[in-house]
Amino acid sequence: MTAIQSPRSGKIAPQYKRSGGSKGNFEMLAWLFMRLSGVVLVVLIFGHLFVNLLVGEGIHAIDFGFVAGKWADPFWQFWDLAMLWLAMLHGTNGVRTIINDYAEKDSTRFWLKVVLYAASAVIVILGTLVIFTFNPCPVVDGVQLPGGFCPAP
Amino acid sequence: MWSWVGHRITGVVIFFFLLVHVLDTSLVRVSPEAYTAVIGAYKNPLMALGETALVAAIIFHAFNGLRVIAVDFWKKGAKYQRQMLWVVLALWLVVFAGFAIRHLSLALGGH
Repeated sequence: MTAIQSPRSGKIAPQYKRSGGSKGNFEMLAWLFMRLSGVVLVVLIFGHLFVNLLVGEGIHAIDFGFVAGKWADPFWQFWDLAMLWLAMLHGTNGVRTIINDYAEKDSTRFWLKVVLYAASAVIVILGTLVIFTFNPCPVVDGVQLPGGFCPAP
Repeated sequence: MWSWVGHRITGVVIFFFLLVHVLDTSLVRVSPEAYTAVIGAYKNPLMALGETALVAAIIFHAFNGLRVIAVDFWKKGAKYQRQMLWVVLALWLVVFAGFAIRHLSLALGGH
């Protein structure tokens, strides 16, 4: 009687390996990240839409003071920061997948991804800086800008 | 298959809006007046319809994304994927109707 041999995992001949090895398990981590970040984003974005658009007078309430009021609270700073990073990474990876699927020429794929990564990096860095350097009472050359929230002198 | 197409299209639409949305919000760092002027551009009937369409895309992408997760991680996910698509569409209809009624009555109704 011949027993069926167990799979020789770990001893796969190089020509049958699915990944070249150099990429490691990046694609698997990206796949997992899409699902984990997706669940969190559902909560963050539904909360964002509810608080900003459906409560009180909705969109009419949104102005500089509305943003200043939210970012005076570290809770909303962290909420928006998490939303920014997770949504940008989730979206960038999604668009990366779409570029890989539809751009057939190597150079086209390469340059589209260069543009994508550059745009994403600019947006993430800009957004992060804005959240952390936001000033409710902006002063330029010693003069308070109109519309700000400044303590009474 | 169509849910997959819908997921891609809504995903790309949301991504491009996100780029613009971070840029417009960043104007709070320029000056209060610059922000309030640009955000004022969102407050007209045409943009209200655009926002409603965007939220329709977001709700679909969110619920269908949860369905994708269920298909991938739940033992019976693949078996019930079709039924789950109907659940996604039903939830989409309910949540979207709620959002659209509230947002459009606020945005178009004035103060």
